[in-house]
Amino acid sequence: MDGIHDLGGMAGFGPIAVEVDEPTFHEPWEGTAFALNALAIGSLHAYNADEYRHAIERMDPIHYLNARYYERVLTGVASLMVEKGVVTRAELEGAARGRFPFAHPNAVVEPDGREAEPCPRFAVGDRVRVRDIHPAGHTRVPRYVRGKQGIVIHVAPRFRFPDASAHGLPPRDEPTVHVEFWARDLWGSDADEHDRVVVDLWETYLEVADGQ
Amino acid sequence: MANDSEHRGAATPEARTDALRRVLERKGLIEEGALDTLQARLEEQFDWRNGARVVARAWVDADYRERLLADGTKACADLGFTGPQGEYIVVLEDEPTLHNVIVCTQCSCTAWPVLGLPPDWYKSPAYRARVAREPRPVLKEMGLELPPEVQIRVWDTTAETRFMVLPLRPNGTEGWSEEELAAIVTRDAMIGVALVETPESG
Repeated sequence: MDGIHDLGGMAGFGPIAVEVDEPTFHEPWEGTAFALNALAIGSLHAYNADEYRHAIERMDPIHYLNARYYERVLTGVASLMVEKGVVTRAELEGAARGRFPFAHPNAVVEPDGREAEPCPRFAVGDRVRVRDIHPAGHTRVPRYVRGKQGIVIHVAPRFRFPDASAHGLPPRDEPTVHVEFWARDLWGSDADEHDRVVVDLWETYLEVADGQ
Repeated sequence: MANDSEHRGAATPEARTDALRRVLERKGLIEEGALDTLQARLEEQFDWRNGARVVARAWVDADYRERLLADGTKACADLGFTGPQGEYIVVLEDEPTLHNVIVCTQCSCTAWPVLGLPPDWYKSPAYRARVAREPRPVLKEMGLELPPEVQIRVWDTTAETRFMVLPLRPNGTEGWSEEELAAIVTRDAMIGVALVETPESG
């Protein structure tokens, strides 16, 4: 989903506000919201981590930018608890004596038809291009690298492919690949000519680069 | 479902959190006190001082350093630091002419067992949007002005690898004990927005 969460490279946010001696949680409810999510995933198995990330991504963009981190956590947890039928909206709003802003509904996502490959498809040193894809559902390939070429610098173990896992589709594990891009290939000539950006990408997001 | 103004006039996040907790308790899905126990355990487990101990060990023990760079997950586990968001840790070694900095542009993924739960600035839209694109100005704003000859490598935590920076050991710390070294390592340095400094150099 080309959503508000995919912030890399956006301009206009202004300076970064740093709080000195910041506590882990600013208010007790933040710790509760964090623990609720850990409990929902780890003990209740109400949803998985990919569904959780995507629920936050499905927040209304204006709410997303206005909410601090733990309000986003809370909104993701509450939305999934309602969607999964663990609680109802009426129960939550009755208990809160007020409205709950939930995430927008999930897109309908079909399986991509790919199968897990027996061996990693890419090796260190390979030149790869990121596929220019725009899935309607969850994806972890940021917009700023789509269509760009880079070099594989590390092949990580297999992990659950999130685009499927976040939508209850047949699970598939595949390696993720650390791909190094020149900053200028991503951001143009204003970027420092020596700087680089490394992005960790599932194999499905990648294809062999031109001229290989 | 939501519309673009529904979050305005909603119950406060505090009231919503409390409501969710009470509804789950009423349904018998949370045992009394379980949430507080879980929160306390996670807060204790996810402490950036763990990462500081890893860095200090790597600074005094060349063999450990080598193992840490080859297999960060195992080397952190050897010191007892494991758990959620630490399943696959890759440690990034700073060099005199190479500076590493970590971000998660799409959410706020962090190696919790060694970096702890991240600070608000790391989770802010401004940091997530800007650091991959303009690392040098962002680091300068945050108090770290790198010489032009130092290259920057930004690592975006987009999948399941969790990164940690192994910062340069500051000059003037020769002969320091592991404990003394751990005490000067900061979370910011292990994210890559600061250097480790001694009280004298700082």
